[in-house]
Parts: sequence; C-alpha cells; structure tokens
Amino acid sequence: MAILVHIPPPLRPYAEGTDKISLAPAEAATISQALKALVAKHPGLNDRMYTNGQLRPFVNVYLNNEDVRFLDGEFNAPLKDGDDVAIIPAVGGG
Amino acid sequence: MTINPASLPQSQLVAGMKCRVCGKQWPVSTTNFCEDDFGPLEVDYHYDKIKPLVSRQLFESRPNNMWRWKEFLPLNGEPTVGLHVGGTPLVRATRLGKAIGIDNLWIKNDAVNYPTLSFKDRVVAVALSKAMEFGLKTVGCASTGNLANSVAANAASVGLKSYILVPSDLERAKILGTTIYGANVIAVRGTYDEVNRLCTQIAFHHGWGFVNINLRPFYAEGSKTMGYEIAQQLGWRTPKNVVSPMAGGALIGKICKGFNELANAGLIEIPNTSYFGAQASGCNPISGSVKENRERHKPVRKPDTICKSLAIGDPADGYFAAKLIRESGGWAEDVPDTEIRECMALLAGTEGIFAETAGGVTVAVARKLVLQGKIKKNEETVLCITGNGLKTQDAVAEILPAPALINPQLQEFQALLTDGAPPVRQTEPALA
Repeated sequence: MAILVHIPPPLRPYAEGTDKISLAPAEAATISQALKALVAKHPGLNDRMYTNGQLRPFVNVYLNNEDVRFLDGEFNAPLKDGDDVAIIPAVGGG
Repeated sequence: MTINPASLPQSQLVAGMKCRVCGKQWPVSTTNFCEDDFGPLEVDYHYDKIKPLVSRQLFESRPNNMWRWKEFLPLNGEPTVGLHVGGTPLVRATRLGKAIGIDNLWIKNDAVNYPTLSFKDRVVAVALSKAMEFGLKTVGCASTGNLANSVAANAASVGLKSYILVPSDLERAKILGTTIYGANVIAVRGTYDEVNRLCTQIAFHHGWGFVNINLRPFYAEGSKTMGYEIAQQLGWRTPKNVVSPMAGGALIGKICKGFNELANAGLIEIPNTSYFGAQASGCNPISGSVKENRERHKPVRKPDTICKSLAIGDPADGYFAAKLIRESGGWAEDVPDTEIRECMALLAGTEGIFAETAGGVTVAVARKLVLQGKIKKNEETVLCITGNGLKTQDAVAEILPAPALINPQLQEFQALLTDGAPPVRQTEPALA
C-alpha cells in the first residue's frame, strides 16, 4: 500500500507524462507534505501549482474525493496508507 | 449545400482565449483554463473589427432572438443549435414595485425562454453550437436542473448524445424534464459540487464536451445576450441597478460584459450600473464573501435550501462576481426559504409571473436591499428572473390553499362567497 497522488491531464506534461505518483506514508504525513513531495519529484509542477509559496487559488485538492477545504486541518490533515489525493482545476460551475 | 461546422475557419472577430487571472492568450480550444495557473479562460474578441460592423439598426432588423447579437458571440459560422433562444420580455413591474418599494422596476423574464423555460437555453445554444464546430459527438453537463433540461433538449434537437449528471435529491420535474429528451441521466449521491468534480474527471477521461466545464468559456458568453436585450429593450440604455440570482456566479458578470461591449461599440452610453447578487441563506458563499468583505468565498459543504437551482457551494465565478459587486457599488444578500416561497407567490400575484425558487430569491433579496437602503426607491432597477415555476411546484405547494371543492350547483358557489372563504387567494400586496 501507499499514498497515491493523481495528476490531472493538463499537468502531466510537467510531470514527464505521469498520471499519478506513489508516496510512502513517511514522506507524506499530511496533504501539504504529499504535494511538496510531488513537486520535489517533478519540479516543473512548482510554478503551475504554487505562486509565492502558496497553492494557486484555482487549484483544488481532494482527499478520497472530499474537498480538502472541508477537512479538519485542511492541508495539514493527516494521510494514511491507501489514501488518494487528487488535484483538479477549480473551473466549472452551473 | 450543408456546411459542416467543423470545417469552418476561425472567426476573424475572435481573438482567442484569455486567462482571467494572468491575462495570457491561448488558442481557441476545448480547454477552459490557463495551463500556467489554472485560471479560467474567457473568449477575447477583436472589438476593433466588430465595431464598424454593428449598429442599432442592424441588430433591430434581425429576428428577435439571441442570435441577432452574433457578432459578439464566439462562433465561426452561423449557429446550428438553439436557433430560437432568447428575445424574452422585459416587463414593467409596477405592481411588484409598489409591493417591494421600487418606483421604477422591470423584470427580465427568462422564465419563458425557448425551449426549456430558463436562461440556460442561452448558454447551451452557444456551447452546443460550438461543440458542433469542434466536431464533438457527445456532450454533457453537471447540473442543478435547468441546465440539465436545456442540454438534453438542445442536444436532442441536433442528434448529439448527452450525459447529464445531477445531484440525486433534485426536484422530480427537473429530472423528468431531462429524461424525456432521451438523455442519459445519472443521479449522483452527493452535492452539486461533487457532481461537478466528477464531471471534470469524466471530461478529462473521455474528451466529451461538458458545457459547464470544458466548453464553459463559450457557454458563459451566451449569458451576455441577456444584457444586450435589457439595454435594447430599455431604449438603448442601461438601468441603475441589476439584481441577479447567483449560483455559479457567471450571469451577473456576463450581463455587465454585455453592457460594456455595447458601450465600447458606441451603441449605448458608458454604463453606470450597480450589480446586486441574490442567494439563498442555505447556500450563500458569494453573498457571504461580499457581506464579510472576504476576497475569496468560503465554500459551503452541504447546501440546505429549497432553491436547488442556486445550490452551488463552491461557485466557479464566485471571486469574480463578488469583485464586480463591490466595484460597481452594488451589494449581495441572501434570504431564508420562508421568504423565497413568499416572494414566489408575491411575484405571481402581482405580475402574473410564476418563477422558480430562484425568482423568489431574487425578489426577496431586492425587497431586503430596499429596506437596507442599498437600492433607492426611485432608482431604475431590473430583476433577472431566470427560471420557470412549473419546474419547482413542490416548493410552494405547502403555502398555497387547496381549491374549494363544491358540487356543480350555483347555491354552493354562492355559499362560498358569503361564508367568507373566497376560493381565490388574496393577492393585493400589503404596502410597507
């Protein structure tokens, strides 16, 4: 088992075409750390996802299909083996 | 000869797509966000080329539907879907105005839009005409109901296959009004925002055209036609105030864009309009951010309101709507379900317009804004009514009296009148 971080198609060119990466729980204790580990493996993602060290406003992140903004601790919410983290552009609406 | 829309060259009037965050230009495609920063893309035009082509006379000489404004819409050729959409009435609302305290009130009535009785027919007409130009065969949407009806109907009219995903707690009338067109309707156990996230993943996976996701930049342009129509119907000018319901938050900004485009083309004076946004208290991320002066809205996890058409907890255009409202001198408010029901009946009883729950929200918020002094009694104000009450009858069923039941005898009818229980509801509004 591991923690999977899913990369959406528009970000894959900056991640050597990879659609997901697998992280050991030790390197991704929180969602924030998982995203940092992703960027460390694929530095091209950094400017796409972050501005001045902050996640860009139109980047949404989900833990096991739940919007991270609704979790206790938000980006500091803890991760465990088997968790799925997904990055999805926040542009759609009714 | 039939022209294949997919073979048309790009319109000379469309400059491309522009990121609403960083301003970077991108080519026209089915990508709806900037790959640099994920900011939403918007269609950009060569206004210098449009201006010499258009005039009041030209627009007025064309049939009364949304396509009379085609120079301001992002198609390469003639529309192929939704040819009769738009051209809805702007109604002078004297009796409603008296009831809520506005002397100079108008209603833009998209509850009678063709073919599915909501303003969504405008956005879908553009999105699906564009889908045809992209050569897409399958389209879809995430929807709170009105969009579902419109995508299903308009897709059926040109033989596009459609997948419509809705929250499973949606009103029955809105689900039936989608399934009837032969659409593939999928009810999802979850909120609108969860349905929308799933649709984003489906659009990535299958390459289909989701009108409110990867076709969103084109879709949203359709809303501008509501603005053009308001300005033209007022005699080529803009009102002091516009009150618009907010779900995803796009409509209010597109009405503003429509007014500004007419002004830039020299067809009206520079607008001095303030924009007011209306939400339900059970789902008020945008009005909340305006009232609490927060730049970013706080998403609502579980919307809880009878107004399901506005129940979007994480509105895509929330940031832009709140910014426009603040910068235009407007305001945003929200109202509880009791006032939504009451104002659906008030609108129907004063103006003969049966709007869906979102219409009740808009009327109730306008009344609240007058009481707060944010809208002045003498200011010309347009309320945007965006959907039809026949779709949300359950919302008002419990506040309306059941009809009196009698035998077919004159004396029984006469007895009703003298018993002081008139079968007709009192509709004369109480004056504040």
